[in-house]
Amino acid sequence: MTQSSLSGSAAIVGLGATEFSKNSGRTELRLALEATLAALKDAGIDPSEVEGFSSYSVDKVPEYEIARLLGCKDVKFFSQVPHGGGAACAPIMHAAMAVATGVAKVVVVYRAMNERSWYRFGSGSYGFASTPIFENVNYGWYMPHGLHTPASWVGMFAQRYMHTYGATSEDFGRVAVAVRDFAATNPAAFFYGKPITLEEHQASRWICEPLHLLDCCQESDGAVAMVITSAERAKDLRQKPVTIKAGSQGITSGQQIMTSFYRDDITGLPEMGVVAKELYRQSGLGPEALQTAIIYDHFTPFVLPQLEEFGLCERGEAKEFIRAGHHARGGKFPINTHGGQLGEAYIHGMNGVAEAVRQVRGTAVNQVDSVENVLVTAGTGVPTSGLILGTA
Amino acid sequence: MADSQLLTDVRALVGREYGRVYAWDEVNAPMIRQWCEIMGVDNPLYTDPLFAANSVQDGLVAPPAMLQVWCMEGFHLNNYAPGSTTENPYEVLKLIESYGYGSVVAVNSELTFKRNVRPGEKLYYTTRLDSVGDEKTTGLGTGFFVTLVMSYFVEHKSGDEEVGELLFRVFKFRPANPKAAEAAPAKVETAPVVKRPKPGMSDDTRFFWEGCDAGKLLIQRCTQCQTLRHPPAPVCIECHSFDWDSVQASGRASLYSFVIMHYPEVAPFDHPNPIGLIELEEGVRLVAGLVGVKREELSIGMPLQLEFKTFDGELTLPLFRALSLPAAE
Repeated sequence: MTQSSLSGSAAIVGLGATEFSKNSGRTELRLALEATLAALKDAGIDPSEVEGFSSYSVDKVPEYEIARLLGCKDVKFFSQVPHGGGAACAPIMHAAMAVATGVAKVVVVYRAMNERSWYRFGSGSYGFASTPIFENVNYGWYMPHGLHTPASWVGMFAQRYMHTYGATSEDFGRVAVAVRDFAATNPAAFFYGKPITLEEHQASRWICEPLHLLDCCQESDGAVAMVITSAERAKDLRQKPVTIKAGSQGITSGQQIMTSFYRDDITGLPEMGVVAKELYRQSGLGPEALQTAIIYDHFTPFVLPQLEEFGLCERGEAKEFIRAGHHARGGKFPINTHGGQLGEAYIHGMNGVAEAVRQVRGTAVNQVDSVENVLVTAGTGVPTSGLILGTA
Repeated sequence: MADSQLLTDVRALVGREYGRVYAWDEVNAPMIRQWCEIMGVDNPLYTDPLFAANSVQDGLVAPPAMLQVWCMEGFHLNNYAPGSTTENPYEVLKLIESYGYGSVVAVNSELTFKRNVRPGEKLYYTTRLDSVGDEKTTGLGTGFFVTLVMSYFVEHKSGDEEVGELLFRVFKFRPANPKAAEAAPAKVETAPVVKRPKPGMSDDTRFFWEGCDAGKLLIQRCTQCQTLRHPPAPVCIECHSFDWDSVQASGRASLYSFVIMHYPEVAPFDHPNPIGLIELEEGVRLVAGLVGVKREELSIGMPLQLEFKTFDGELTLPLFRALSLPAAE
């Protein structure tokens, strides 16, 4: 029994991706089209049928150019969701809403980027100008002091989390070791065949204390695309339908972009709490109904409070969950079976949604047994989003 | 000790003059306008013809600090204007490097001006290797201070006129330790002194920065419900009143959280760079650099004291010092 008109109305029916690399050697537009055409082919849907598009910032590939090159004639829905990785799940939610309301019958979602070879999110040099627009003023609280990378912003939360709950750098390391273990057996992963040990994690150089190099995700080039249509039509298509059981975005009190430092408590991710509550409400499911999850892992420390926000463990007890190895291969709740963004690639979270699709289809290289429902989360520390995908 | 052959070879180059490097374009209004916009310069003398005509300058002039800009290479590396010399004015650095002094850091960039240049004038510069000092050892390592002087001229049919000069000094050195070598910028041609990034300011936040300039840490206060807030905002989060004033923080604070930045090493910051999330005793938090703290003594909850430091002669930032330690860094 589902609790909303969104839940179960739409399904992911096609999946496409390029290879993941450090230098794709071709344009982002081409990557987007390669992934989109592969997804449509996977679905068995003709490009001319596409009526909607959704992506998220900071994707530089405009949907109208994809529409033009696909030969679309009747595009009635398009959106680009703000806040980067925090939006990673939101285009699927937007697409499902467009399909559920009948605005668009077939929607393509995509994320294409030459992040590693063309620009780098971790450079620390972003050229904020003096125009008094909000973004320039906001970063003015951090840039003059040199607090200017995603790792540094996450580090501030992580240090407080460690202090409050007694989590350690080794706990963060156990997250990295587990995902690199999955990556080691995923031929699509950049770190295929390259597992790491906890000792190597601890010995890796500091990026921003308390974060070691091996706490930080990769920077990557690549693209992922998916096709969403109605659950009804999905029954007649060539792939096993992956039902969108719930989707939500999340903003809550004291919300900022990576710097929500002014809340009474900074050890949780309350915007993810908003997403969790809504996903469970829409789907009528709880944590016990999930078999696996893709937990956004741009930096390992934020994996822990996400497990807590979704009720997969008690507040402050994610470290015990991790120390028990529940999250790892053979554990009771393996996460990031593709190798995560630390191990497979950093396609801004969209490659994580793709892994959830494969887990539901039963085609993942590190397949979890009897998967019915998969949780996917998006970037943390920012306005965020999440999905529950599952079997029909 | 420096190799005697190196010293002989280097001394032979001192005093050498290198040929002209021409400007791509004559001094022009669009370039001036864009430069002023990017640099945040709003003096109408550079951009408003009417204002300039009525000033003592009797017409538009280019900002003096743009002198170096006019003769820069294009967007692509070494893409100098036609007719420019193909000699390498930095050849002495290659020579020194061949003796194992692999690192370089820019230390001085000083402009002097003889007169303003005006739109329509065409510039070039020549370079002279002014001096190479004796071998010295600094905190970075052992090497040589190399000083180049670029003289800027305006072309005239009646004879060219010198309008200004750039003294550019680098330290070409063998690093004391490999980490310092990584920290040094690799490319000397484009290594001007990098300043601290200035904060964007708006009507909602300007009071804070003006307070810093005056040596006061100001916290915004709602005059309706007295709630303190930071970062500043146009409206109270509690009662939505737009009326506010500010109170001066006592400067007593504690460390709520912290990070130590190691990588990437972005100029002009020192690394490792300890940065705190500071809880003021008034109850609001802000992010600020930490000074006078030792890594092993950093701990959440430790007492801190506010101080101010002015960077680059123009940006005053609040910093926090550990109270339990002596004032010396």
